[in-house]
Amino acid sequence: MRKLHLPFVEAPHEKAARSMDTMCVNESELHHPWYYNLKFMAVGMIFGIVFIKAEIVSWYRIQEMFRLQSFHMYGVIGSAVMVGAISVFLIKKFKLKTIFGESITFTDKVFQKGQIIGGLLFGLGWALTGACPGPLFAQIGSGALVIVVTLISAIAGTWTYGYFRDKLPN
Amino acid sequence: MTFLFEPWPWYVAGPLIGLIVPALLLLGNKHFGISANLRHICAACFPADVPFFQYNWKREAWNLFFIGGIAVGAFIAAFFMKNPEPIQIHPELAQDLAQYGVTHIDGMVPTDLFSWDSLLTLRGFVMMVVGGFLVGFGTRYAGGCTSGHAIMGLSNLQWPSLVATISFMIGGFLMTHLLLPFILAL
Repeated sequence: MRKLHLPFVEAPHEKAARSMDTMCVNESELHHPWYYNLKFMAVGMIFGIVFIKAEIVSWYRIQEMFRLQSFHMYGVIGSAVMVGAISVFLIKKFKLKTIFGESITFTDKVFQKGQIIGGLLFGLGWALTGACPGPLFAQIGSGALVIVVTLISAIAGTWTYGYFRDKLPN
Repeated sequence: MTFLFEPWPWYVAGPLIGLIVPALLLLGNKHFGISANLRHICAACFPADVPFFQYNWKREAWNLFFIGGIAVGAFIAAFFMKNPEPIQIHPELAQDLAQYGVTHIDGMVPTDLFSWDSLLTLRGFVMMVVGGFLVGFGTRYAGGCTSGHAIMGLSNLQWPSLVATISFMIGGFLMTHLLLPFILAL
């Protein structure tokens, strides 16, 4: 196995740009060839299968959730959080490492007004399209090719947010 | 083997999704969060001079592989593990949708609403284009979506993620009960 330990060098603006968002600030000093990413693709494939088989990306199931006509989506999200929370607890308690021996780190989320304003806007879009960002990819994969338009529009929405970011209340 | 073709219940799907959280952490200290990919796509394709997109997106390539996997997995499930029975929906939902001419209950999205033809109608444009824009703008403004906030954030007991999740739900209820009846009638 090729494993290079290189000192981590990062341009100052890089960290600043990343930390504008609560996500993607985790670091790794390992430099792996691209095909190491295939393991994440495998996890994504399992996720995609679950998305379709449990009809989580179904527009109808999202409507039933918001109309309180079905417990299905509440059960999915609730039990996912339960299993996720127990896993995170165990990883922290036993200080588990990654399969490459690196520490697993967590970043606390900082409260911002965007979580309310942006959250409400996303909720409106969620009920319209029946999809969060992940399900968009699953709907396209399941053969609903027109959803590519919705995805492009979502990318445009993210870009617009980035452009006007400084002018929005945060 | 029949369970492969039947729709899976919540108590199978939910725990499997929950296991994605430790899987990504153990495979490489990665945090579950899908909407960040929309940002990475912007950073890769149209960064312009926007500081928000000035970072090395290639270091987040794992997440692009992850969503690629979602699309492939969805393809496998939809074409090789397809449920032979018609999709079951709540009778009240079916009745309500029929009022608006949505009668073909099939697949993951209603073809009466989401199709290339309906894209050129005002109703289809609002549902696909405006809806998609709200998803992309809103998730980034909120700093995450259902995966990053509702599942990863809540699993890590982050109260801002709870605020975000409650906001997602309120937005969804507002759309479904106050705005959607007018949009479906367009």
